[in-house]
This record gives sequence, structure tokens and C-alpha cells, in this order.
Amino acid sequence: MSQTVIASPAIETNGGTLRLPADAPLRLDSGAALAPLEIAYKTYGRLNTERSNAVLVCHALTGDQHAASVHPITGKPGWWSRVIGPGLPLDPDRYFIICTNVVGGCMGSTGPSSVDPATGKPYGLTFPVITIADMVRAQAMLLDALGIETLFAAVGGSMGGMQVLQWAADYPHRLRSAVCIAAAARHSAQNIAFHEVGRQAIMADPDWRGGAYEAHGVRPEKGLAVARMAAHITYLSEAALQRKFGRELQRDGLSWGFDAPDFQVESYLRYQGASFVDRFDANSYLYITRAVDYFDLAGTYDGVLAQAFRRARDVRFCVLSFSSDWLYSTGESRDIVRALNAAGCRASFVEIETDKGHDAFFLDEPVLDSALRGFFESQALRGGLA
Amino acid sequence: MSGLREDFKEILRLVRPNARVLDVGCGEGELLELLTQEKGVDGQGLEISPSGVAACLAKGIAAVQGDGDRDLDHFPTQAFDYAILSKTLQQMREPRHVLSELLRIADRAIVSVPNFGHWRVRWALLTQGRMPETKALPEPWWSTPNIHLCTLRDLTALCDELGLRIEACAAVSRGQPARSIDPSRPIENWRAETALFLLTRERPRPPAPEPAATGDLFG
Repeated sequence: MSQTVIASPAIETNGGTLRLPADAPLRLDSGAALAPLEIAYKTYGRLNTERSNAVLVCHALTGDQHAASVHPITGKPGWWSRVIGPGLPLDPDRYFIICTNVVGGCMGSTGPSSVDPATGKPYGLTFPVITIADMVRAQAMLLDALGIETLFAAVGGSMGGMQVLQWAADYPHRLRSAVCIAAAARHSAQNIAFHEVGRQAIMADPDWRGGAYEAHGVRPEKGLAVARMAAHITYLSEAALQRKFGRELQRDGLSWGFDAPDFQVESYLRYQGASFVDRFDANSYLYITRAVDYFDLAGTYDGVLAQAFRRARDVRFCVLSFSSDWLYSTGESRDIVRALNAAGCRASFVEIETDKGHDAFFLDEPVLDSALRGFFESQALRGGLA
Repeated sequence: MSGLREDFKEILRLVRPNARVLDVGCGEGELLELLTQEKGVDGQGLEISPSGVAACLAKGIAAVQGDGDRDLDHFPTQAFDYAILSKTLQQMREPRHVLSELLRIADRAIVSVPNFGHWRVRWALLTQGRMPETKALPEPWWSTPNIHLCTLRDLTALCDELGLRIEACAAVSRGQPARSIDPSRPIENWRAETALFLLTRERPRPPAPEPAATGDLFG
């Protein structure tokens, strides 16, 4: 069940794929059940004897379990290598850090590209619709299998932050602290609208074939790339785009045509789209964006977000937002903090001043680092971790 | 303990052990850190500057970045035993509202203000005819954050008007131990450089409702 890959001399990386038997299905919010279930995951560091140092890192929309280890497809460092590592806020010498590929994903966990045991073919659109709560339930099943009852912390940005909030609502007794970065307790109309643009781009690609592209030996790469390009704009701020590219041209003079990108920003977006299709599955993109659209934590509590956190009074929360994030704005984080306060939960909150937009949580932000470091440090003291 | 600010010492004396404390304008969390260490309080800070909040987090103090003028409204009723507002009331846009809110959120409020009726202030204004700059009010008029300065008499009058009971009052002057005073005595309005009040509501409130009742605000 487990394989060992040495990512860098400094970090010990473990992980593998948990394969649950057919009689242990994942019960989904839709009413369907998913079996057999596979959950791909990576771990960094070692679980202590008290089993009290486990940190679950939840990835964003198009992230995966390779949070701090070299990505097997792109060869790039893990998406949160800035935060997880020796001497960093999440130090594998102190914590046992777990990152799973969400259910519905395409990096080893059961998703639409997995083979449906009933037909022997990839699920495609017969894959059941999943939710953020389903992702979290699958993570809890993995923790059960790893023998971890209580998490020292659940941490995540963007969709990962939504999972953290869901953890606090569904498994408050299994959670000591929670860090929710650049996220929201519900997906707004504007967010859903952007997702719909992406999904329509995928479904408009003739190679999508009603979701059964694998059977035809093709992939809707053009549609998926356009979806990524549209989404990528929402991850950056106007100021960051202006600072990086302005109206700079790719070459001397305009092309007076449409084949080649004239502007550097076009070239950048095309690159983002083209490189994304190498590592991501179009149907997974449909399913995971759907899960995020369906996310409305207050919705399951009569529209009162505070009720979602009522059982989480012993959980310590840290909520962080970025001033130039217009995808999940500071207002969304403030709503979360107010609900936490209303529920009687202890919460810390900082809006970090930056022009880098939503993606700032992957980037060099000293205040983010010091806030995370301070929060984990204080929680480690509280939790008796040396 | 000897190096402590006198107002901190007085606050430390007033706060019961293990109380739930909200410090509005908590800065880098010095007071909450002290109260946590000495009194085992369950503290929460509210601070406007991101670097202040980050410093609180680094000390293990829960702090929310926010504005005392705007964000107190979002705390539930009677969520705390004490709400502390240290030398900040005079910087608020709406001190009346803030004072009311402190005593909605908490059973007791500890509020300190520089006294504009202090003799040094009066003397400076009288002799120079210019806005006083004293050690308690060091900034010139054009850069001071103090937009709503008041005297001891002004504040006691406002407490009366809002139906707040002054449980205790102490004069805190530079380098001297806090001195318990009767704030209604005119002489204290001359002598107290800074006044620190422990306030409660005249009538005790009914028990706090569950979040469901307040939740509509936050849904």
C-alpha cells in the first residue's frame, strides 16, 4: 500500500494509495455510494507515538497530493513547498503532514477517469456528482486507515479552505485547530459563473465526446486549456497582471492577425492553458468545479453559518485573506470570522496586504508565513508538541 | 511586575482569573499576553493593523483584524466577561456606540481615557492658547489620532446617559501607582492624567441567547 520516494534529501516522503474494499463504500451527499474507493496521498514527517502531530493539508481546485514533493508529471516542486519543509511553518521534523488527492481528482484518487467496476470502462459522466463534504468524508476514511483519530490541524487555501471549514462542521471532535486561507463559506454567483464558462469550454470541445473521450482515444485539450485560461485570470489581480505584463508585446510590432499572441499576457495565458492539460483531466475539472459550486456551508444549517460551527468551540481557527483577492474576497473571510465569533469559537483573522490576488497563498508573502508560523507555534504549545 | 505600565497593573488587578476577555485595539497583544500568563484568561484581541495581528498570532494570542468602530457589532451578546478598551475610546468615530457595544458584548468593560481636564492640559491651553501637547497627549493637533477627547466629567456624564454604572475608577498618572478615585469629585478632574473605569450595565441583562437567535446577522 505504500511506496517511498525521496523528494529531496531534507524531506522524507511517504504515501501511496489507500484501496478500500467494495464493502466499505464512500457514502455521497447525492445519495450514491462510491466503491471500491481509492485515495491517493502523500505524507511528510513521522506520526509521533501519541498520534497527536498529524496535519491534514487540503489542496485547491486543481492541486493534488504533491504538496511538498516533486510533481511526477511536471517535475516541479510541490505546490506548497514554501510552507512545508525543514525550518518552515509546517516542519516535517515536528508534524506528520498528510495531503490527499480529493475524491473526483485525477492523480490517483477515485474520479471520473477511474474504471467503473460495473462496466470495466472509465466512469466519465456516469461518475456520481461529489461535494466538498464527500471529499472530507473520504479524508476521514484515510485517517481511520492510518490510525489517526485527531488532527493537530487541518489547513488549506481556496477549495482547500472550504474543506477545512467542512471538517470543522462535520468532525469538530477530530480537529484541534483549523487554518482557512483565501476561501469562502459558499460559492458566490460570480464564482459559479466563472466555473460555468470553464465547463462550457470543455463541453464545447468536439473531442470531449459527451465525456467519453478516453474510449475514443482523444482528450478535449483545447476546451480544458480555455477553461484554465479563464480561471487563471481570476487567480490574479488586475494590478499583478499590469505589473507583470502591462501592454508588453511578444515581438516588435503588432501581427495584425490572430494566430500568434501579440501581447505577453496572451502568451502567458496560452502557456498556462497548455501546460495544465498535461496534468489534469477534463472530466475531473467538471466534477470538482461542480463540488465547489455546490458548496454552501450555511445551507445545511438553515442558512445560519454560525450553526455550522456550534460544535467546534474547542477548535482554534485562523482565517487569512488577501487584500487583492477578488475571487474569494476579504468580505467572505470576515463572514466566516463573524460566524465563528457568533458561535463562540476562538478565531484569529488577518487580511494580508498584497497585490498578488488569490494565488498569493502559493507565493512569497512574509506576513502569511509569520501568521502561520505563530499560529502553529502557539497551537503546538497548547497541544503539548515539543 | 515592577516594569509594568501602571494601567496594565490596574487592569490585572480588576480582571478575575480565567475570565473571557476581549481587548479592543490590542496592538501586539502585550496586555492579553500578561493577562494570559498572570490570570489564565481566555483572551481575544481586535486590532486594526495586520502587523499587530500577526504579532499576536506569533505570541499565541487569538486576534481578529478589524475596526472597533465597525466590527464590535458582529460579536454576540455577552460573549465575554470583560471588554477592554485601553486609551482608544477617544480615537473612535462613535465613542457612544462603542461604549454601548462593549457592555452588550461583555458583562464588564474596562475603559481608560486621557483626561482632557487634567491641570497640565488646562494650563497649556490657558497660557499658550494652543492645543496642548503633554506626555499623555504627545501629538500635535494635525496628526493626533485623538478625535474625540473628553474630560473625566464628560465621560461620567456619558456613562449616566447610557445607563452604565461606574463600579470602580482609578487615576493613573505617569510613574505613580494607580489611585482609586471618586470620578464625580471636581478635584479629580484636575488631578487625574488618565482615568480607568470599570463599568457595568445598571440592570443586569437576561441570559445570553444561543447562536441561533443571533445567527440571522451572520447567516
